[in-house]
Amino acid sequence: MSGQPKRLLRNLNAKIAALPMILTTLVVFVGGTVWTVVYSFTDSKLLPRLRWVGLDQYERLWSNSRWLISIENLLFYGVMSLVFTIGMGFLLAVLMDQKIRFEDTFRTIMLYPFALSFIVTGLVWQWILNPQFGVQEIVRSWGWESFNFDPLNNPDTVLYGLLIAGLWQGTGFVMCLMLAGLRGIDEDIWKAARVDGIPTWKTYLVVIVPMMRPVFITTLVIVAAGIIRLYDLVVAQTSGGPGGNASQVPAMYVYDYMFQAQNLGQGFAASTMMLVSVLIVLIPWAYLEFGGKRNG
Amino acid sequence: MTQSISVKDLTLNFGAVSVLQKMNLDVAEGEFIVLLGPSGCGKSTLLNCLAGLLDITDGQIWIKGKNVTWAEPSERGIGMVFQSYALYPQMTVRGNLSFGLKNARMPAAEIEKRVARAAEILQIGPLLDRKPGALSGGQRQRVAIGRALVRDVDVFLFDEPLSNLDAKLRSELRVEIKRLHERLKNTMVYVTHDQIEALTLADRIAVMKGGVIQQLADPQTIYNRPTNLFVAGFIGSPAMNMLPVKTIDNGRAFQFGSTRIDLAGYDGGAVLERDNAILGVRPEHITIRTEAVPGRTIPAEVEIDEHLGADSLLWLKAEGREMCVRIPVEGRLPSGSQVHLMLDMPKASLFDAKTEQRI
Repeated sequence: MSGQPKRLLRNLNAKIAALPMILTTLVVFVGGTVWTVVYSFTDSKLLPRLRWVGLDQYERLWSNSRWLISIENLLFYGVMSLVFTIGMGFLLAVLMDQKIRFEDTFRTIMLYPFALSFIVTGLVWQWILNPQFGVQEIVRSWGWESFNFDPLNNPDTVLYGLLIAGLWQGTGFVMCLMLAGLRGIDEDIWKAARVDGIPTWKTYLVVIVPMMRPVFITTLVIVAAGIIRLYDLVVAQTSGGPGGNASQVPAMYVYDYMFQAQNLGQGFAASTMMLVSVLIVLIPWAYLEFGGKRNG
Repeated sequence: MTQSISVKDLTLNFGAVSVLQKMNLDVAEGEFIVLLGPSGCGKSTLLNCLAGLLDITDGQIWIKGKNVTWAEPSERGIGMVFQSYALYPQMTVRGNLSFGLKNARMPAAEIEKRVARAAEILQIGPLLDRKPGALSGGQRQRVAIGRALVRDVDVFLFDEPLSNLDAKLRSELRVEIKRLHERLKNTMVYVTHDQIEALTLADRIAVMKGGVIQQLADPQTIYNRPTNLFVAGFIGSPAMNMLPVKTIDNGRAFQFGSTRIDLAGYDGGAVLERDNAILGVRPEHITIRTEAVPGRTIPAEVEIDEHLGADSLLWLKAEGREMCVRIPVEGRLPSGSQVHLMLDMPKASLFDAKTEQRI
């Protein structure tokens, strides 16, 4: 085993250069994560302290109606958002792939919302959906006096209001990923399918989509991770309202307990639950992407 | 013989770029036609037009006596094999073979029969339940041929099917395609840039350049009587020796540098007296003599002797020009040797330097 020390010294410069980032990752990300998980088992209030209370924080978390609503909201928003961003993104990509003119222009327009922060998106859509300035007012000014469109102030529809803004922001990005995936498909596959007499829609569904599996998985992970940390859009659009918590999401719960209610232990417990949910998304993905070689 | 494919005045423009101009091509039933040419010569484009994968600008395409100019690829009675195999990766080999048939709502028993027959012909029976990812390149291309086979069509189109394979597999599969043609007697149109494939497979070769068929003839004619300088230079490895000459004596002889050679036996048109002509002689149509024969040999000096195993290539300098001669291994010569080259005049080709056409 005389090769061991030599291997450590190989590419020494690169290793030294990578050291700060490795340390940052270890200390800030991994360290911070472990620290958070550890302190979620304590009764820390304003300041962290190591007084163990076991699973108390988790019990309190899961019996808090606000947390339960947050989870429910996130589930609803998440499923809808996943289905629609990926569905619409793919559809737009297919349309873009029809050798259209001005493709670059369309792509830029579609991708533009992605360049905006969620706060800006949230505010813009708050105004658009606002009954006094937005769509309702415009339609009424055209003469339809009884027109009602006020999704953000109705607890039953507020999530759709969030969804519109979220889709507007995220679909363009998904479209770009999908377009790259479509472009990566060998043109001969299309020719072969045409010679075989397979209709275009069926070729997409039965041949192309399965071939784009890696792209779909990557997109799924990126979109899902974005959904779980959903926060700023809600803050900018509804602040969790109406009715106090009709559009609450877990990230808001974490923030409020850590920095408003000064109950660190409870915030840590909630963020640990979020970490768990992220891992539930990530681990199967990592397994599919890097584990199963046979799917090459 | 009846025409299987008939291309009439086919023109294809991409915007302002003209890719194919007024092309005419008739392929007889059961004929193996190879479209040969350098990349960008329009050979694959022509094939895609035949398949219906490209909409043509003008002209007509007839297959089996039917005008299919505007028919869908699947309705033309063709099967196609692609360079990149283009198999559906998530389907098994069986799935790949039967996908098109299933889509056409063919009875399952008939599909089963056709798949079994293709598997038997191509010897892919044991692979039927594997996915393309688990197959080697040669096996994949066999499956791709099978996908054309099950369609039970009259015309097979091959788009550089062997280019992605290594040399050994390529020659194996080449023989197999030849055998397939012998057995099925289908019309086959085969695109390649590999002259060996063209010369070995074709009944007739269409040498293409710049969207125009330069010469359409059987391999022997293409090789021995190239119609112009391009065909002469493109076919043959190493390339034909091209000697700038001047024909004299009312076309009875030519002057190469300071050497005068009789043109007796030249197989061609009226040579006349031309100041700028090019004499093309293949390396194997020159023999080495130790002694000069006046009016028949060119003096030369050996530069390099390349041993190829079966024979060897002698690179020489004659009248200041590089020349190459293929000789038997026993006749190898050290560099610096003074020799005399005798040209096999009946097999030589004479071109006009200006028009580049064979005389």
